[in-house]
Amino acid sequence: MLICIFMQKQFVESDLRWFPCKNNFHRPLAVQSRNWVVTMRETTATEDLLRRLTLAARRVRMRALQMVHHARIGHPGGDFSAADILVALYLGVLRLRPSDPSWPDRDRFVLSKGHCSAALYATLAEAGFFEEKVLGTFMDPLSILNGHPDRKKVPGVEANTGPLGHGLPLATGMALAARMKKAAWRTFVLTGDGELQEGSNWEAGLCAAQYGLDNLVLIVDRNGIQQGDFVEKIIRMDPMADKWRSFGWQVAEVNGHDFGELLCVLGSSPLLPGKPTCIVANTVKGRGVSFMENNPKWHHHVPTDKELALALAELEGAER
Amino acid sequence: MSESMSSATETFDCRDIFAATLEEMAAEDQRICAVVNDSVGSTKLGGFRRRFPERFVNVGIAEQNMVGASAGLASGGMIPFCCGASCFLTARAMEQVKVDLGYAQNNVKLCGMSSGLAYGELGPTHHSIEDLAWTRVIPNLSVVVPADPVETRSALQWARDNDGPVFLRLSRMPVPRLFPDDHRFIPGQAPVLRDGGDLTIFANGVLVFRALEAAVRLGRRGILARVINMSSITPLDREAVLRAARETGAILTVEEASIYGGLGGAVCEIVAEEHPVRVRRMGVPGVFAPTGSEAFLLEHFGLTAEGIESAAADLVRQRRAP
Repeated sequence: MLICIFMQKQFVESDLRWFPCKNNFHRPLAVQSRNWVVTMRETTATEDLLRRLTLAARRVRMRALQMVHHARIGHPGGDFSAADILVALYLGVLRLRPSDPSWPDRDRFVLSKGHCSAALYATLAEAGFFEEKVLGTFMDPLSILNGHPDRKKVPGVEANTGPLGHGLPLATGMALAARMKKAAWRTFVLTGDGELQEGSNWEAGLCAAQYGLDNLVLIVDRNGIQQGDFVEKIIRMDPMADKWRSFGWQVAEVNGHDFGELLCVLGSSPLLPGKPTCIVANTVKGRGVSFMENNPKWHHHVPTDKELALALAELEGAER
Repeated sequence: MSESMSSATETFDCRDIFAATLEEMAAEDQRICAVVNDSVGSTKLGGFRRRFPERFVNVGIAEQNMVGASAGLASGGMIPFCCGASCFLTARAMEQVKVDLGYAQNNVKLCGMSSGLAYGELGPTHHSIEDLAWTRVIPNLSVVVPADPVETRSALQWARDNDGPVFLRLSRMPVPRLFPDDHRFIPGQAPVLRDGGDLTIFANGVLVFRALEAAVRLGRRGILARVINMSSITPLDREAVLRAARETGAILTVEEASIYGGLGGAVCEIVAEEHPVRVRRMGVPGVFAPTGSEAFLLEHFGLTAEGIESAAADLVRQRRAP
């Protein structure tokens, strides 16, 4: 197993940041290589971490699907495309204190694609923000677990989202606040790719670049599918990375289901001083269950009893 | 136009006291910041930008991001005053106002500048007469329409101290000073500016002094009008409305806004449910206003001392008729 060290050339030794990476990590990241030195080291500790994250993500998917089945409503396809990103963030990247959710110096995370609340809640429970049994109340009358997250009700939730295109402006403001307060915390925001059709994202994209918010990280869950159909058939968003690059962001592309890559890049983010970071995470909608994968139907399809059983069995038996 | 008070009295553009107060508060409190949509001149925040450049954010012509980013700033512990022309600040970013401010309870102070008919000649695109109806229905959002410089200053200070989202609806139309220095804006408390038993006039913003003038003129005709400054739209002083209904039996509402959904709508809801009496609403009566200066348009819609006097006299006559 290897550890890769991402280091900016101008950084000194004390600025080295260490991040675990899968041993089959071989693809050069889409960061400009001239700015980076990448070295790798043997370790055994990372294997445990990757295994832990893999198991956690499996539980998150199983619970999210059970929650949607219980509520008879939800968005399992997007829950599954985002699950690995959420788990990597909450269990491997974000500086948080689950026992003290409002710790002032915590990193901020905004789930802009708020309809994927089941995956978020399951991840928050996994990270220890609340007890797992609360997940069983998903969308029940008077539950704290609304269909879309409410920061006033759910420990660990930073923003009330649901209508698309709110998260990036919010995160931009959070990053501005950190700068004004001279605080070290970072702000991460996860959007869908179809969601980026909302113009408010691009208003914020311009603003974050103008203000050089190098404490802001946008992650695009690029699963290629929106409610009605494949994104490219509705309103094409490609070339996604080029769009952000042209807006003045530092862009990296990763496999959004590879914990090695996610930890390397998210852990090294923000990637460059003076620029906001956009990580295009290439994902598969419904990832983890064969009959859910890459099928627009599963955007908000509620599994039947049989589908649930099949999906859970498949997740349970998954080797990866 | 009303002549007696406005010609005899010094008038003030409340944006001046707004900008001065905001700078003063920012000097005292590091959490205060300003967010604008390329509206530095019209918000008169040039001085703020010079003194506190690191706490001044210009998002450009982008109101959704302006309100969303303000919510993020608030969530990060700042107290943002989010300032732009009221017509764009509200309409263009309404969902952000609802979700990021009202629902998420982020501590943002929306400052809607040049509200009402202030941009008269520019036409209905720039008139902001719907903003009170839109903001009034959003839970957790306080809605305040100050009447003069003293109240503008006090409302700003209150907004700073009140942990929650506020919509301050400000105007550029010069108004005389109505309140003594020690007047304090108190949410949900509508001060009686002049007492009377024949009818009650509820007014706010730039029309309060005109309502007072109308009351003076009514007095000369033997009609005693109670005039109440309803600067606090949310929360609304229900007791003041019910006392007016019980004690004066007729209510006239006067606002530089659509008669639908704003102050007039709010008063009617309470009166109709709790103590029905005759109400007449003055404002813009459900039309897009024609072109003309703010003064012209106010006159066009009868929002002058004479117009208010005449409507009030009619109302009292109708009430007294069998």
